[in-house]
Amino acid sequence: MGILVNSNTKVIVQGITGREGSFHAKLMLDYGTKVIAGTSPGKGGSYVHGVPVYNTIREAIEEQGQADASIVFVPAKFAPDAVYEAIDGNIKLLVVITEGIPLHEEVKFVNYARKHGVVIIGPNTPGIMTVGECKLGIMPAHVFKKGNVGIVSRSGTLTYEVARELSKKGYGVSTVIGLGGDPVTGLDFIDVAELFFKDKETSAIVLIGEIGGDAEERFAKYYYEISSKKPVVAYVAGRTAPPGKRMGHAGAIISMGVGDYDSKRKSLVDAGIPVAETPSQIPKLLDSLLR
Amino acid sequence: MRLYEYEAKEIASRYGIPVPRGKIARSPDEAFAIASELGSSVVKAQVLVGGRGLAGGVKIASTPGEAREIASKLIGSNIRGVKVDFVLIEEKICVSKELYLSLTVDRATRKPVFLASEMGGVEIEELARKYPSRIQRIYVDPEVGYSEYMSRVVLSALKLPWGIIGELSSIMRAMYKIMVDYDAELVEFNPLAYTCEGKLIALDAKLIIDDNSLHRHPDLQERYGRELSGFERKARELGFSYVELDGDIGVISNGAGLTMATMDSIFFYGGSPANFLDIGGGASRDKVKEAVKLMLSHPRPRVLLVNIFGGITRCDEVALGIVEALKEASSRKPIVVRMLGTNEEEGRKILMEHGIDVYIEMDKAVQAAVDLSRRG
Repeated sequence: MGILVNSNTKVIVQGITGREGSFHAKLMLDYGTKVIAGTSPGKGGSYVHGVPVYNTIREAIEEQGQADASIVFVPAKFAPDAVYEAIDGNIKLLVVITEGIPLHEEVKFVNYARKHGVVIIGPNTPGIMTVGECKLGIMPAHVFKKGNVGIVSRSGTLTYEVARELSKKGYGVSTVIGLGGDPVTGLDFIDVAELFFKDKETSAIVLIGEIGGDAEERFAKYYYEISSKKPVVAYVAGRTAPPGKRMGHAGAIISMGVGDYDSKRKSLVDAGIPVAETPSQIPKLLDSLLR
Repeated sequence: MRLYEYEAKEIASRYGIPVPRGKIARSPDEAFAIASELGSSVVKAQVLVGGRGLAGGVKIASTPGEAREIASKLIGSNIRGVKVDFVLIEEKICVSKELYLSLTVDRATRKPVFLASEMGGVEIEELARKYPSRIQRIYVDPEVGYSEYMSRVVLSALKLPWGIIGELSSIMRAMYKIMVDYDAELVEFNPLAYTCEGKLIALDAKLIIDDNSLHRHPDLQERYGRELSGFERKARELGFSYVELDGDIGVISNGAGLTMATMDSIFFYGGSPANFLDIGGGASRDKVKEAVKLMLSHPRPRVLLVNIFGGITRCDEVALGIVEALKEASSRKPIVVRMLGTNEEEGRKILMEHGIDVYIEMDKAVQAAVDLSRRG
């Protein structure tokens, strides 16, 4: 169980011959992910860690059968093209690891994907992992123990920090998903929570937000209004971030009066979601809701 | 990257959007000469911060002499902590109504959106907070782009006469084209004036270019980072995400979220972060060395806190970088290191050999740094 990916998910790695693509293809294979093919224009016919490489998604699918998902390690300049190739190849789940894609390119392909019923995770994401089944990303797998907490996050390393705190206190993870650090992403907190609410294996959600935008506020409003839901604990990074400054992620900026810490914290608390002051407080807040 | 008002207006004007006649002055005498051509004028400090008007950065001059006097006061002064190097002198416009009109990208719908309001001249921050229902939103499908009906929606929201629909539509069409051509995050006219003569004119202009797109605009890329402070610029040149804060604990971490969480934890335990510095993923020892050296050379921090969660970043590389930085740097500051993840044993061994303790728990490391900052 878990959401979006499981032990049956067949995966294509786009950009598999690059440094990052090749390195993480190996780690994903080691984890047990079913990587059926890789693509890299001009490198067709070769192999990377035993995975056959094709020039195009079309050839990969013709020879290896339809893939369920693709993970994109292609550099920013070529990433939109890779995304369109995967969507037009009828692949229904895309994980876009690439950082630094121009905003309006993202706007275009995210809208295109939604029109074609394709789920995009990212861009600028550590990916998704259903613990013990399938890793489609770059997160250090050993930090995540199998369990019943779903994690949805706008961050990378901070998510690993939180997962470690959970493990220390005996909490494991069903699926962990990084939404991505850019202003426009394929999924938001509401999309992922809806999937977690339906997943039998997930009994609570940890939401890791950050300053910038209003995704946390929108989630809080949604959570307050629905009747059938699971417990959620939140952490929001950027309490000490000044307005108007980009805090690393392109999306982490307080601008046009939107996206500061106090607004997010208040919205979440008002919706009945406890907000941790430090990552280490998250397990305690889960205890109070679950034990 | 944000452009100066005069740069945004130059671009707007090239796209056919009416803006006041005006020129940049770098000295009071230049201001006098420009104002002599314009008659009654407005002198506007050119700074890349908001709230300029409230901070006294915009003044009306009824004579060229007044323009010179105002310019001599503004040039070299500070507006919200930013030095004014030059001013924009513009003709004074007779305004009947101040409006708000912008185009940006909406995160919720992932679409470009026009925002329009009758309440122009107020900062959008305040507008969004106080009168959210007075902002009209028109979403644009990026595949379709701008369509004429959108101007009719805005016209009625702004309560403008029908006679002006052609002018408004050509402004909105131009805004959309600017957004696409320049990879803009924000194209904003606040205020957009409805003049006493019944015309529309952009009294102020704000244009923010998406940083990820700058490589597609080499002319703009050259200007990137010009508004940054010395340390911010140095850190950017070294390839770090860096933001200057005003506390006394220097922060070096990996990943934007963890770096912010480190700052926030410092605050939670009663300390005050000096900066945000993200070394990024998979940093080499050289990169770590540069980060530590940069923060050692920074006058404000009394203690450094390095917080690394190694995934693709290797703790041994981080440790070697720290050791080398301490060898090379002339200034000494206490340094607290928290390291975990890939190759953490090797990393810890390297640091222990050089007399540096390594924390495993983030909370403990943060508390230690806060204690040291107090002892100073």
